[in-house]
Amino acid sequence: MIKNISNLGDAALYCDFGNDVNKEINSNVIQFFKNIKKSNIPGVINITPSYNKLIISFDINITNFDKIKKEVEQLNFKNEIANAGKLIKIPVCCDNDFALDIKRLEKLLKLEKEKIYKKFFSKKYYCYMTGFIAGMPFLGDLDDSLYARRLDTPRVKVPKNSIGLTEQFCNIYTFESPGGWNIIGKTPLDIFNNKNNSSPNLINPGDTISFFQISKSEFEKKYD
Amino acid sequence: MTENYFEVLRPGINTTFQDNGRKNFYHIGIPFSGAMDNRNFVIANAISSNKKNNPVIEFALQGPKLRFKGDKVYFNVTGDVNFQILRKNKIEEGVCYQNIVLENNDCLDLISTNRSVYGYLSVNASFKVDFYLDSCSVNTKAEIGANNGKILEKNQIIKIENITKKYSLNKLDYINSKIENIRVIKGPHFDYFSKTAKELFFKEKFSVTKLTDRMGIRLDGPKIENIKNTNIKSEGLVKGTIQITADGNPIVMLSDHGTIGGYPKIGVVISADYDKLVQIPPGSKIKFKEINLKDAETIYKLYEMETQNLISKTK
Repeated sequence: MIKNISNLGDAALYCDFGNDVNKEINSNVIQFFKNIKKSNIPGVINITPSYNKLIISFDINITNFDKIKKEVEQLNFKNEIANAGKLIKIPVCCDNDFALDIKRLEKLLKLEKEKIYKKFFSKKYYCYMTGFIAGMPFLGDLDDSLYARRLDTPRVKVPKNSIGLTEQFCNIYTFESPGGWNIIGKTPLDIFNNKNNSSPNLINPGDTISFFQISKSEFEKKYD
Repeated sequence: MTENYFEVLRPGINTTFQDNGRKNFYHIGIPFSGAMDNRNFVIANAISSNKKNNPVIEFALQGPKLRFKGDKVYFNVTGDVNFQILRKNKIEEGVCYQNIVLENNDCLDLISTNRSVYGYLSVNASFKVDFYLDSCSVNTKAEIGANNGKILEKNQIIKIENITKKYSLNKLDYINSKIENIRVIKGPHFDYFSKTAKELFFKEKFSVTKLTDRMGIRLDGPKIENIKNTNIKSEGLVKGTIQITADGNPIVMLSDHGTIGGYPKIGVVISADYDKLVQIPPGSKIKFKEINLKDAETIYKLYEMETQNLISKTK
């Protein structure tokens, strides 16, 4: 539940759910997100769920902090809205051309790459949030043995559709972007479709992701 | 019927179509976007007798040079912009905040913005543009919005439709206010910083660096010392948020900002000062002033009253 609501500037609410990062707290954040979205509070213009915070920005011409805070506190909260996460399967090619940091990880984790991939592909991951760049999902949690720190110097350009790891999380670079996560492969699927005008995101907060490995020839076929 | 359009003779540095932005997509990583300087955007459409949210052309520092082809159209430029109209054999100096006519083959040269960053071009008509998620606003990072999500390119065509006959030739008297202080409400991580750092933040000036665009302003100045943790678990941002990076420098989130970020937030620029903030050009200095929420709300009401007053003067 929300531990504290404060203001983030004069046009947003900062809802604090605590400091821990785990699925329980995050599903709570997502429940709130879905409930607030559904309740259509006048003036709300953006709601951003993350690991353990929820930011609600509003139109200062229509409402204000005190009003929105009261409305959020008095929200008629429905639990069932939350349990709608989908299971999505994502193909990943781990060819050396795409697994830019696998050698670094072998050293850092003291594991052979076969073992790294075995551990990576044997788990399902939960989507904590999407964002930073359009559609980028933040997924977790990795097996403890795969925890690695970010690159010391971030890449200026991480190729689009790269799969990256850092700490207990993995993500997918939906666009070419600067980034410091350890890249282990690439998916032929477009996670963010900028031609889709209603729901451009394949993965949304609360969804479950399972990755499966494909060969380079399968990867190339899917690109045709 | 005559086709009316602009030919882009020079695209300018960062010229995009913008309206008042996209709502309700932060949760999938799509920022608000929209015109950076909201007041000058709103006034541009008011002078054109357009709908409030009609797409305009936003340019930064150096604007585009456009040749008009067609019957005739009125346009106006807002901001602090140096521009010329080139007709047959003569050059006419442009005046901002006033409707001016363009006839077949006339050129509009939006040379530069003066001691500011953004200017706006509106026509008494509509630019024929695509909309994505209810907005034409171009976001070049996600490649969405009008013009396939891209900045203007040389030799492209901008189609103009629905030209209206309604316009006034009066000049609107408006001077873009000089930058004084940028007022800031303390952020949720204000106490991550040392006592000295907190004082420095509101006492010293910061320089706007060249690493400044529609996504954010990177500032340089006294280092803001973090005594708790230079990283937080990534969380949502709003425009105007000031984060302090690990090296102690502030970055201010602007309209195309990444929707989440992992640096502590020392403060947020108040809504009423956002237009002034975005207009501060690289090389200039910013001084932050602390303010509380109640005062920020009052100042916003005054800002909005002033905007409405300017709009009413265009009628």
